Amino acid sequence: MNLTLKVWRQKNPKSAGKLETYQVKNISSEMSFLEMFDVLNEQLILEGKEPIAFDHDCREGICGMCSMFINGQAHGPWQQNTTCQLHMRAFKDGDTIVVEPWRSKAFPVIKDLVVDRSAFDRIIQAGGYISVNTGNAVDANAIPIDKKDADHAFMAAACIGCGACVATCKNGSAMLFVGAKVSQLALLPQGAPERESRVLNMVAQMDKEGFGNCTNTYACEAECPKGISVANIARLNSEYLKAGLSSEEK
Amino acid sequence: MALDAKIPQGEMNEKWSDYKGHVKLVNPANKRKLEVIVVGTGLAGASAAASLGEMGYQVKAFCFQDSPRRAHSIAAQGGINAAKNYQNDGDSVFRLFYDTVKGGDYRAREANVHRLAEVSAAIIDQCVAQGVPFAREYGGLLSNRSFGGTQVQRTFYAAGQTGQQLLLGAYSALERQVALGNVTMYSRHEMLDVVKIDGKARGIIARDLVSGKLERHFGHAVLLCTGGYGNVFYLSTNAMGSNVTAAWKAHKKGAYFGNPCFTQIHPTCIPVSGDHQSKLTLMSESLRNDGRIWVPKQKGDQRKPADIPETERDYYLERRYPAFGNLVPRDVASRAAKERCDEGYGVGTTRMAVYLDFKDAIMRYGKTEAGKSGQDSNDTAHIFALGKKVVEEKYGNLFEMYEKITGENPYEMPMRIYPAVHYTMGGLWVDYELQTTVQGLYALGEANFSDHGANRLGASALMQGLADGYFVIPYTLGNYLADEIRTATIATDHPAFVEAEQEVHNRLNHLLQINGSQTVESFHKRLGKIMWDKCGMARNEHGLKQAIEEIRQLKHSFWTDVKIPGSLSEFNPELDKAGRVADFIELGELMCLDALTRNESCGGHFREESQTEEGEAKRDDVNFAFVSAWEHQGDSRWELHREPLHFEIVKPTQRSYK
Repeated sequence: MNLTLKVWRQKNPKSAGKLETYQVKNISSEMSFLEMFDVLNEQLILEGKEPIAFDHDCREGICGMCSMFINGQAHGPWQQNTTCQLHMRAFKDGDTIVVEPWRSKAFPVIKDLVVDRSAFDRIIQAGGYISVNTGNAVDANAIPIDKKDADHAFMAAACIGCGACVATCKNGSAMLFVGAKVSQLALLPQGAPERESRVLNMVAQMDKEGFGNCTNTYACEAECPKGISVANIARLNSEYLKAGLSSEEK
Repeated sequence: MALDAKIPQGEMNEKWSDYKGHVKLVNPANKRKLEVIVVGTGLAGASAAASLGEMGYQVKAFCFQDSPRRAHSIAAQGGINAAKNYQNDGDSVFRLFYDTVKGGDYRAREANVHRLAEVSAAIIDQCVAQGVPFAREYGGLLSNRSFGGTQVQRTFYAAGQTGQQLLLGAYSALERQVALGNVTMYSRHEMLDVVKIDGKARGIIARDLVSGKLERHFGHAVLLCTGGYGNVFYLSTNAMGSNVTAAWKAHKKGAYFGNPCFTQIHPTCIPVSGDHQSKLTLMSESLRNDGRIWVPKQKGDQRKPADIPETERDYYLERRYPAFGNLVPRDVASRAAKERCDEGYGVGTTRMAVYLDFKDAIMRYGKTEAGKSGQDSNDTAHIFALGKKVVEEKYGNLFEMYEKITGENPYEMPMRIYPAVHYTMGGLWVDYELQTTVQGLYALGEANFSDHGANRLGASALMQGLADGYFVIPYTLGNYLADEIRTATIATDHPAFVEAEQEVHNRLNHLLQINGSQTVESFHKRLGKIMWDKCGMARNEHGLKQAIEEIRQLKHSFWTDVKIPGSLSEFNPELDKAGRVADFIELGELMCLDALTRNESCGGHFREESQTEEGEAKRDDVNFAFVSAWEHQGDSRWELHREPLHFEIVKPTQRSYK
């Protein structure tokens, strides 16, 4: 198939960007979306032009590096899918596809489609862990965990930290990301000792990074490639309230 | 230089505890003055950086991705082995040790493997304590499954996302140390050289991939945790950015390269669909617990799989290897698939695929479920639906992934699979302490050669990465650093740093100035084809000699005609890639040389000249029971050093899974 692409080009964080139009020809429906970008970039290099910078690594939907906003949707038209796993059979000959970077105050553009998501790392640094030094652990089966809780913790922990939730949210909120980590650790007995300080510190860091608040549109859940549930945001709110009422660290 | 593996004296099962009991220690006040550089933040790197930070060292960690959480360990699917014997099925440290040495076709160092088996149980404890949500049974205890090459259930897992969960555990421990100020994290940085002063590794030259600036970083020791080099084949299950560059720079600075030709070709991957393909996707080996592998008995059979009756299917693994069936080790399963396809029994449009079929498993689980709740077991559709739910819980994400890529529903139709490059057992040669032949330079995880011999068993990569990082390096590094407490931080205006940076700068500049007519990608593809055709699942003398010649020509062509856009001082992914491909080309030549030298078949290395009458790999213990450790001596020149392998416990026999 032949396609028209309108792609966001921006030289660096300070420069103004704009959409540029490109044509790609003979795209096979079996290609992934990023393989189609590979074709375009090869074409640009041979024409002596600068290829489009975009983040990608594992190309199997798990590293969370790829991050394109395709025709107004994070990771494109398929549900529960990352850009690298989107395949060209989702499009048809003659289509025009608009590709932009994640857009959020907390994710500044570095170049073209590449953004800076280090705010997520700093939120984890604020408390997204259990403080257990290597060598301190008891036997793995010493504490049985209700399968239901373990399963819910796993489903929350499946977050790949791609930032689609933030890019999709009209408020630029990171509450699905934060909620997923807070939930995972709150559901497990190992996470109990730091439960209160964790949620308070992570939320404080989230606010400091410039992420917005949640107004319950659930767009984040709809666009999350791993189907992380908004129930995790509810759990975050509940954890936050409880911690706020009982914690000495206010 | 003579190779000294520094294997402790004493009984096999006492070596490690004995070592730990006598190793030199560094007191806490001195640890604060010692700086350690960790390159790579996958399971090995993140766990090492976190653990060393906890101990009080000043750590600097580097990764080329935008966050340490994205290292390719994240993509490991099936699980992690540990000798816990929670299933009461006869597992033990000895069994895990034995299975790993045998699975590696007697080309691993026994002492290292024994230590790995010893620390395996503590890894699971540590991960559970970090909040890693492993799969559990209804009683709340941990669940296990089987992997290839073993007859016990010792694999712990988190659906098909075990690597992700383990890495996020190690990442969270790492970020905690960043918050505490013990680790400084450098994301989007790539290591481009090791700096040596007076024969010891004292730092690195790294490039900030956003600004393009070169940076000098001092460390009392340098740890390379930079993964494997499967991308030398262009198509592999590795991430696009996975590369050999850090290990290769170390090699050129004096670190010997161990067993470079030992490559793991994983039997169950989604087949190649066309020339456009940029990477291959694995379907976890755990699927072989329940999936049955088959091809039609009739050559070139064009019928749909559902139309081929049971009697006309050849379950060739069950036929050839009744004792292990579909759970034979990876090298055996891969060669068997290649053999069937080469003989003309392959399926799919390219005829280069075999079926992995879940129908029997779905029906079996369905019947069990129906039995539990007293439902009618004659209603096939209902049984199928019940069974499908069980399979979905076990492998749901893998089935989804398969459907997204191929557009086919694997619950209804068997998966089509074919072997693909997945892991490299070879890597930097290290001694028992994980130190390379350069003092102060260590290699951990897939980046070293040490534990898997000529073939890695499934679910053992995660185990090794975390063993090295959490439980080995914290002890062995101290043994070196205890003698370094008087070494003050060396300023990075030292001539060795200046010179190393200049060399890196010159090389990058040279690449940019070639300004030829062919893209980096096109060179990488050609290299991959040479390697896959001539140094892939089957190798022979003629092909390998040809490959070396072709790679040399490709190298010449690369350095005279590559076209790289942009400049040095900016975000320039094409330049990053060019540097990596240039190193892959050199590595490819060494791999072929190593494969040519090792005129025996062992594990994943199959020399056509060395096979039994039945077509099984034929090892040659008389002539090849050694580790190849290659010393770089200049452009296309290497000297081979041999580390003889002594088997005190597991006496080498012809491996049989029949």
